[in-house]
Amino acid sequence: MKIHEFQAKDLLRSAGVPVLAGKIARTPDEAAAAFTALGTPVCAVKAQIHAGGRGKGKVQGSEQRGVELAKSAADATRIAAGLLGNTLVTIQTGPEGQVVRQVFVESGCAIDRELYCAVLVDRRVGSPVLIASTAGGMDIEEVAAKTPELILTEPFDADRGLGAYQARVLASKLGLPTASWRHAEAFFRKLCQAFVDLDASLVEINPLVLTKDGTLVALDAKMTFDDNALFRHKDIAALRDEAEEEPAETRAAAAGLSYVKLHGTIGCLVNGADGTIGCLVNGAGLAMSTMDLVKYHGGEPANFLDVGGGADVKQVTEAFRIILSDPHVKAILVNIFGGIMRCTTIATALVEASKTIGFTVPLVVRLEGTEVEEGKKILASSGAKIITADGLTDAAQKVVAAAKA
Amino acid sequence: MSILVNRDTRVICQGITGKVGEFHTRGCLDYGTRMVGGVTPGKGGEEVAGLPVFNTVSEARDATGANATMIFVPPAFAADAILEAVDAGIELVIAITEGIPVIDMARVMPVVRASKSRLIGPNCPGVITPGQCKIGIMPGYIHTPGHVGVMSRSGTLTYEAVWQLTQLGHGQSTCVGLGGDPLVGSSFIDILALFQADPDTHAILMMGEIGGSAEEEAAEYVKHHVTKPVAAFIAGRTAPPGKAGRTAPPGKRMGHAGAIISGGKGTAEAKLAALRDAGIEVAESPADMGSALVRAIEKRRA
Repeated sequence: MKIHEFQAKDLLRSAGVPVLAGKIARTPDEAAAAFTALGTPVCAVKAQIHAGGRGKGKVQGSEQRGVELAKSAADATRIAAGLLGNTLVTIQTGPEGQVVRQVFVESGCAIDRELYCAVLVDRRVGSPVLIASTAGGMDIEEVAAKTPELILTEPFDADRGLGAYQARVLASKLGLPTASWRHAEAFFRKLCQAFVDLDASLVEINPLVLTKDGTLVALDAKMTFDDNALFRHKDIAALRDEAEEEPAETRAAAAGLSYVKLHGTIGCLVNGADGTIGCLVNGAGLAMSTMDLVKYHGGEPANFLDVGGGADVKQVTEAFRIILSDPHVKAILVNIFGGIMRCTTIATALVEASKTIGFTVPLVVRLEGTEVEEGKKILASSGAKIITADGLTDAAQKVVAAAKA
Repeated sequence: MSILVNRDTRVICQGITGKVGEFHTRGCLDYGTRMVGGVTPGKGGEEVAGLPVFNTVSEARDATGANATMIFVPPAFAADAILEAVDAGIELVIAITEGIPVIDMARVMPVVRASKSRLIGPNCPGVITPGQCKIGIMPGYIHTPGHVGVMSRSGTLTYEAVWQLTQLGHGQSTCVGLGGDPLVGSSFIDILALFQADPDTHAILMMGEIGGSAEEEAAEYVKHHVTKPVAAFIAGRTAPPGKAGRTAPPGKRMGHAGAIISGGKGTAEAKLAALRDAGIEVAESPADMGSALVRAIEKRRA
C-alpha cells in the first residue's frame, strides 16, 4: 500500500527521523496560511500524489511544476492554485497523469549536499538492507545501471537493527564530515527501525540532505507497506487514499483479488491499442503467463487478475464483475489450474455469474487440476453459453478469435 | 531416488484442524503419502482424517518420528510455526501458507540458515515425488514418475508444466514449488544442486518470473555446475515494467529501489539472455514448456 509524502513524514517524525516542519493544504488560501505559519523565508509547495518524479513533472496544459519554491505567501497561493484540482503528469504517472487534491507546504533548509538512501528487503541476502548513495536527487535506477560503485548497501538483522558501526561505515563512504557522523548514525538507525516496526516494504529518501549546519534531514520521503502486515497496523491502513488508486483495483483488493488494469498502460504504450481480452487466472505466475500467451497468439490482454489460491464463489463472481466493468473487454479467458482452488468452485461461480450478471462477451474457459471432471460437468449441465478449451494453445486461439469476431 | 521426499518420508501437518489443512492432509493421504499426524495448539488428543493431533511439534515428532512437516497455519502465526518446526528438529519444513509478512520471514531466515532444517516456501504448492510422496496442495494425478526435475516460483505454472511433461511422456523425479514470496527458504540454486546430485534426475525444467535476480543467478550456476540438460520459461515477458512480477507485485510499484537492488537485472530480456548464455533451452510460450525440455534433451543427445 502506498501513502502520501506528508503521511510518510508524519510517520518518520514519530519514529525520530529528522524531517522538516510542514503543513497540508487543500486550498490556495490554506497554502498561504501554511507559509505564514511556518515562518521560514522559503517554503517548498509540493503536489501530493502517489507517484514520483513530481519535481520534473508538469501540470497538463501549463508550465506549473509539481514542486516549486515559494518566497512569499502570495507565491504559495499562486503555486497551490496552479496545482490543486489540476492533473500532474510525471514520468511515473503515465500520460494520463494524476489529479492533485492536496499540496504539502514545507519549510526550507540550507542544503550543503544531496544524498540518497532507501530501506527494503533484499531477497538475495534474505534480510532488510539499507542502500545509500552520494548521487542524491538523481534518477537512482540510472545511477545503479551506469555507476553501480556509487550504490552502497548494508544488510541488517530485523531484530538487532542497523549497527551503529554500519551507519558509520556508510557515513564514511558517503564522505560526510566527521562532525556529522553522530547525526548520520541516528538518522540511519532510526530509519531502519521505522522500516521494521512499521512493516514497510520500501522507505526511500531522495534526496537525503546534509544541511549547511551538518545535520541530516529527509527532504523527500516515499513509503510503501507490506499489505500482508496491515492487519497489525490499523493506523497505517487508515492512511489509504482511495482517490489515488484505480477504482477497479481498489474494488478487487477489497474482495481479496489481485487485479491490474492494462489498457492505457501496456496497450497504449506498446501497440497503440487497448487490451480487449479479460483474463481470470489463479496464481500470479500463471496469470502473467496467460497474458504472455494471449499476446503470443496476437491478442491484447486487458488485465491481470489473480483470483488467488482459495477464492470462493463470491470472490470469483466479483472478479467477473470487475473484468466486465472494463468497456474495452471483448472476450474473457478463464484459465484455471486447480490446486487449492477447486475447479468446481470456479465452475459454480461461472454459472452463478452468468445467471446474476449475464455475460455480454464471449467466455472461453480452460479448466485443469483438482476436481476438473466435476467442474466440467457443472459447466456442461448449466446451459450457460461457454466456449470450452483444451490446453493453453487452444484456449488462447479461441479467445483471440472471439475478441476479433 | 529423488530429492527431498520419498516413500519413507514421515509427514505431519501443522494446522491440521483447519479446513484447508484437513482437506489437503486427506489429499496427501489419498496420494499415498505417509502422513503420521498433525499439530494444532490446544487440540492435542483429537483426531483428524484418522491421524493423531498433537499440541506441539516436538510432541508430534517424539510420538510419530516425523521428519517432514507441511504448514497450513494462518499468516499471522505461520512464521512462529516454522520456527517451532525448526526448533523441534524437523528436517524438511514445507510452508504452504500465503501472505506471511515479509519482516516475519526476515526474522525466520537466519534461524533456518543456522539450523539443519531445510525450508521450502512459504507461499508455495509444496514438493512431490510422483508415485511416492506428495506434500502440499498440487493435484496429484497430473504427475507421473520419471526423470525430469521440476522447480518453479509459481504454483499453478508448475502444474501447467508438469501436465505438459506428463502428456509428452516425460515423468518427473521430484517437483519443487519454491514459493512466490520475496523471502523463501530455498532458491533455484539450492534445488539445482540437489537435482544435479540425484542420479534419478536426468533433466531439469525451471519456471521463473520477471523481477529479482534469482533466474540470472540460477543460469550462472547451471553454466558452471550443472551437466544435465536444462530448459526454462520466464513468466511476464509481456508485463509492463514495474506493474507485475513479485519484486514489484501487481499494482504495487516499488519505484526505484527495487530495480537498484537487482542492478539492472530482473527484466524478462535480461533473464532470457542469461539463460541462453548458459546453454539453457528457453520456452517461447507457456504452452511450449514441456516441448522445450524435450528439445533440451534432444540437443544433448545430438
